[in-house]
Amino acid sequence: MARTHRGLALVALLPVAFLVVFFAWPVAAIVGLGFGDGGVTEVLTRASTWQLAGFTVAQAAASTVLSVLAGLPIAFVLARVKLPGIALVRTIVLVPFVLPTVVVGLAFRALWPDGGVLSIVLANAFFNVAVVARTVGGLWSHLDRRAEEAARALGASSWQAFRSVTLPRLTPAIFSASAVVFLFCSTSFGVVLILGGGRFRTLETEIYLRTVNLLDLSGAAALSLVQLLAVVAALVLGAIARRRRETALRLRSAAEAARRPEGREWWVVGAAVVVLGLLLTPIAALLSKASIAGFEGLATTGGALQVSGWDAALRSLRTATDATVLAMCVGVLASVVLVSLRRAPGRLARGAGETMDAALMLPLGVSAVTVGFGYLVTLDDLPGDLRTSPLLVPFAQALVIIPMIVRMVLPVLRSVDERLRQAAATLGAGPVRVWREIDFPLAARSLVAAAGFGYVIALGEFGATSFLARPGEPTLPVAIAALISRPGELNNQMAYAACVLLMVVTAAVVTVIDRLKPSTGEF
Amino acid sequence: MTRTVRAVAALSAAGVLLAGCTLSGSEEPADDVTTIKLVTHDSFAAPQEILDAFQQQSGIRIEVLKEGDAGALTNKLVLTKASPIADVAFGVDSTFATRALSEGVFEPYTSPEADRGPQRYAIDPEHRLSAVDVGDVCVNIDTGWFAEKGLPEPKTFDDLADPQYKDLLVVANPATSSPGLAFLLGTVAKYGPQGWSEYWGKLKTNGVKAVSSWEIAYNQEFSGSSGKGPRPLVVSYASSPAAELGEDGKPRTKALLDTCFRQVEYAGLLTGGKQADKAGRVVDFLLSQQFQSTVAENMYVYPSREGVELPASWTQAAPQPPKPASLPGEEIQANRERWIEQWRGLIEG
Repeated sequence: MARTHRGLALVALLPVAFLVVFFAWPVAAIVGLGFGDGGVTEVLTRASTWQLAGFTVAQAAASTVLSVLAGLPIAFVLARVKLPGIALVRTIVLVPFVLPTVVVGLAFRALWPDGGVLSIVLANAFFNVAVVARTVGGLWSHLDRRAEEAARALGASSWQAFRSVTLPRLTPAIFSASAVVFLFCSTSFGVVLILGGGRFRTLETEIYLRTVNLLDLSGAAALSLVQLLAVVAALVLGAIARRRRETALRLRSAAEAARRPEGREWWVVGAAVVVLGLLLTPIAALLSKASIAGFEGLATTGGALQVSGWDAALRSLRTATDATVLAMCVGVLASVVLVSLRRAPGRLARGAGETMDAALMLPLGVSAVTVGFGYLVTLDDLPGDLRTSPLLVPFAQALVIIPMIVRMVLPVLRSVDERLRQAAATLGAGPVRVWREIDFPLAARSLVAAAGFGYVIALGEFGATSFLARPGEPTLPVAIAALISRPGELNNQMAYAACVLLMVVTAAVVTVIDRLKPSTGEF
Repeated sequence: MTRTVRAVAALSAAGVLLAGCTLSGSEEPADDVTTIKLVTHDSFAAPQEILDAFQQQSGIRIEVLKEGDAGALTNKLVLTKASPIADVAFGVDSTFATRALSEGVFEPYTSPEADRGPQRYAIDPEHRLSAVDVGDVCVNIDTGWFAEKGLPEPKTFDDLADPQYKDLLVVANPATSSPGLAFLLGTVAKYGPQGWSEYWGKLKTNGVKAVSSWEIAYNQEFSGSSGKGPRPLVVSYASSPAAELGEDGKPRTKALLDTCFRQVEYAGLLTGGKQADKAGRVVDFLLSQQFQSTVAENMYVYPSREGVELPASWTQAAPQPPKPASLPGEEIQANRERWIEQWRGLIEG
């Protein structure tokens, strides 16, 4: 037993060290600076601070509910339906994720001028339907169908079978996805800024303005604390709701789970089609703005961009690869540690597991500007002065991707039937062998899906990249932002053409990754 | 099982290879070349050829780092003053310069090029900052719209509050947009610290619309650009009309030159740099004829140097305002947050 624990501690070292150096330390340092300036308690006692917190949580909660409602039918279609065009659905759902906020913001404003809070909620949901569809769909496609069929055979309606058999088994994945979506929405900056017009403000936009425009570090520190508090509270609530819901499931290979829908299932398919239509509306609005002239402009070098659109696309692909590889290493190791801690006997181990689980999610709940400014005051203490190194881009991106990977891999790893593992152990397999022979093959599909999702997040990532991208070496999102902020019709058309290029690149990447899915035929 | 392992192994191998080529992608400079780090804002753009030519002729390779907009850049410089992230900074503008100067971010350096024009915009008796370019934020109008409606074009701040121009102006929120802030400062310069809020009260009565960013105001609300929005008056730059020439080569928009507020962008040596002499050469380069002749086309601003030829479309469509407003940096620094809060109360409240 002691040997296993030591091994576990070693495996945990990498994710923990990564989080401490690239997240906890910078954030603590910059918040500490704010405290040094004084005035934090004054901001904390202001009523307006708590109004901001209230609005932040409320809009994030509303967006989360909407994302789950819209995401579930799509998850069902992705997991259970065998119809032509499903691969296309898989791709379309992911496209919103890579689109730069500023362009989506413009599209939403064009479709719905002055929509206020409602358009903030809709736009947040637009970005996050994919999280629900992919996270829940990932687990759903592995669920053994026979339990449901048994319920049906005993006379349950398809809705009753879903509610009493399928839904409980999906709950951990739904909560996982909700937690991620909630965190994404509570820190979404561009959406609130553009669609809120300055009138609607959240903790995130206020932290940004205080840090970037006013250099009011104590105000920003106070608001960061409130944000952290809100996020931790949400994570704890999520964890409590999730607890005990996780049961060992009989996981099946996905091919077996998908078939032609029948009866009332067509209603769900219909709902998914409606959601897809809604997702496609802003996308189509963007497509319609790209012109031949824009594409021609992108193909040449010079002008506002200095590089061609293709160069920017290639750079996006390469940066995203680095970030994904890094995030997979850290994220998968972290998931393995979390699962082992949960299985380990004793409350101490379980407590450590829950703490680590929550800590891994925090990067999604802390302002990017806090982390970014934190880097400036800490990372020069490391050898090589990473503050201005191109290496920092994949590091910062990985921070966003890791929680995503953990949330996608963990529910699957946790539902691996413990009896299978015990049987293997009884037959003499060591922990590594058990993982290789039992957990890995069952989780392989989710691992690839998580990597694909992480890759897509990195492709669309703008905050960290813009903060470090060199001129002459922009990624596509950075190029789009540069083009859209210049006057002139051609620049505008080039920006939209670059958006289309970004969508095409994303679609191509997603298609390739979906093809690469390893078979789990033995199970 | 073996298929699984093989697929994943192949995938990770491909990933590692790709990652490797990115991470080792930056080429090693030759031995006789010194690298000087230039930290700047997101809008920095310069043709690679002139950077290469400078390297050829001086042996100095300029490594450019972008750190957000002018405000973010300034604040990052203040935060890192004990351990600067670069040797030279460019892009701190007149609305933020006081903060950087009072925090001791820059050290004195007088460029031999400064008396060719940049001196006109000097802000600091110790010569810690050299003016590189000048941008003017002015109201832009869609001339075709006014011609079509048979309405005379507005000219001044007062005109904008005139009821015949009701519901025509769109501005950007000064809390979230730097041209928005510049326009607010322009009204403060015009009507004084007491009178400006009254003026904005009139603008509000006259139906001014405030949006969060220049991108929305210009690309979506303004009728004179590609968005073909509903409003023919927008806060933008004096240089914007140069980008809006029609098929016939004639400008379709123009800037109201009596509504302009000037923003000057400065470069300087960061305090504590180890290569001060080479860093000074980079500042000289930014003020040189060679670099200055590219700023209009690449950054949509006017060169600070005298006698630099502007692109043809600029001389035709984007003349520089003769008497733009400005405010002392200390006054901006002392009041920025209060003015923005007051503005929010007036316009959003």
